[in-house]
Amino acid sequence: MADNILMQTISARNLSRDFGSYPAVKEINLELKHGEVLGFLGPNGAGKTTTMRMLTGNLAPSSGSIEICGIDLLDKPGAAKLHIGYLPETPPLYHELTVNEYLLLAAKLHRVDNTNISSALDEVKLQCGIKDIGNSLIGTLSKGYQQRVGIAQAIIHNPDVIILDEPTVGLDPNQMREILSLIRNLGTNRSVILSTHILSEVTNVCDRIQIMHQGQMVLNDSLSGLKERGIGLDEIFSQLTLDKKSSEEI
Amino acid sequence: MKFFRSLHWIRNLQKKYSLMILTIAHKELKSLFTSSLAWILLALVQLVLAWIFLGGLDAFLKIQPQLIQLANPPGVTEIIITPLFGTAAMVLLMVTPLFTMRLIAEERHNHTMTFLISAPISMTDIVMGKFLGIMVFFSAVIVLVITLSISLLAGGTLDFGLLLSNVVGLFLITTCFASLGLYISCLTVQPAIAAAGTLGALLSLWALDVTINNSNSIAQDFSIFKHYENFNRGIIDTFDLLYFVLFTFTFLVLSIRRLDGERLRG
Repeated sequence: MADNILMQTISARNLSRDFGSYPAVKEINLELKHGEVLGFLGPNGAGKTTTMRMLTGNLAPSSGSIEICGIDLLDKPGAAKLHIGYLPETPPLYHELTVNEYLLLAAKLHRVDNTNISSALDEVKLQCGIKDIGNSLIGTLSKGYQQRVGIAQAIIHNPDVIILDEPTVGLDPNQMREILSLIRNLGTNRSVILSTHILSEVTNVCDRIQIMHQGQMVLNDSLSGLKERGIGLDEIFSQLTLDKKSSEEI
Repeated sequence: MKFFRSLHWIRNLQKKYSLMILTIAHKELKSLFTSSLAWILLALVQLVLAWIFLGGLDAFLKIQPQLIQLANPPGVTEIIITPLFGTAAMVLLMVTPLFTMRLIAEERHNHTMTFLISAPISMTDIVMGKFLGIMVFFSAVIVLVITLSISLLAGGTLDFGLLLSNVVGLFLITTCFASLGLYISCLTVQPAIAAAGTLGALLSLWALDVTINNSNSIAQDFSIFKHYENFNRGIIDTFDLLYFVLFTFTFLVLSIRRLDGERLRG
């Protein structure tokens, strides 16, 4: 049991969030184990980004609880956020800084020890393939490189949980493949939540998938489980997320 | 023993927090000085103030022969430096919106606010760090004004008490401008709107001061420039000090509350 709790890196229970009278997320549960890559799927407007913003402390839930590595995010945000690395939909980059300056800032803000900062910087640049552009201004980089810098800031403090919101949007197929293999590597010793609507990405890198639709969690299953039952991801995705009316039309 | 241990704990906490505030302030200054805006405005402010300063010096030299005949003539500090600091406050009022507009609004506009909020730091760290950063910048402007004043030592002596009171007053009125600008920057996503709002608010404060006729009205107690006038004349009054400190404190707290509330409202 103790091991079980230790292994659990994210545990969100009965999470809800209303915007005015509109319920964006309704009573969802989300659990993640160490070394697991979770594919977080859903059509546009399903509430994925809202959920991720809640998990990273950017948005307070209307009700429910979130624990990150056993630390309550709402009670001790400072301690809990130390364990999270977050790449939002739009990478949060300061275009006037160089890559090195920016990563140094990210490391300091995440309380990386002064003695380890330069090695952490080198390691993360190597991992994300941005070793040679350390002195370039972020504003001058291409979209793909900016995305990598975004991932680098999310993992620089070696977090237990990495949350990536559509990290492959706007990348060319080669860059996409590289980023996905990076995510796969990260997932071996950390937990990763990968939000996307590209289904093939999920089958390549994820262990488990959760599908959201209209603010509710409609599927939570392992990929191998789906495979065993002979259900294709495309098939179940459209089954669960198309409303009845439109599926009848098809 | 237990007491000592708790002290140690507080010191550690302080170290941790001030470090984060310094990190944010450092980043703020870096962003500021990589843009040409800071340099251009520093140069223009200095140009305007040097002009005023030289004008004052010219006037002083003209009336100097008559001053000598007076029993208790006003010194060079009163004739040149006091008006210089009066103008400096007006100039800072004009340029504050241009610097405070970007503090929070631009972070939101560029989607970098998420970067700060996701980091294990509090809203207080963010607000105080940004305030500290912008105040370091404004202090540079004030140092330039002091340098102008000190250059008068080449030809005479200065009333350092009056100069000190002016410097303290200018610094405090700038903290008020900056905290108000920071708060208005928290209210919007568009830096330009933050700038317009701050300029409007500051000009209203100035208009309040201009329209006060009755010297005993309560409005006078609320007028930011009336309090500055005392410093300008060389009077450091606790009421004025308290007013400036409370003004700044209020808007910093409002900024923190505003940003905290945002997570709830979404």
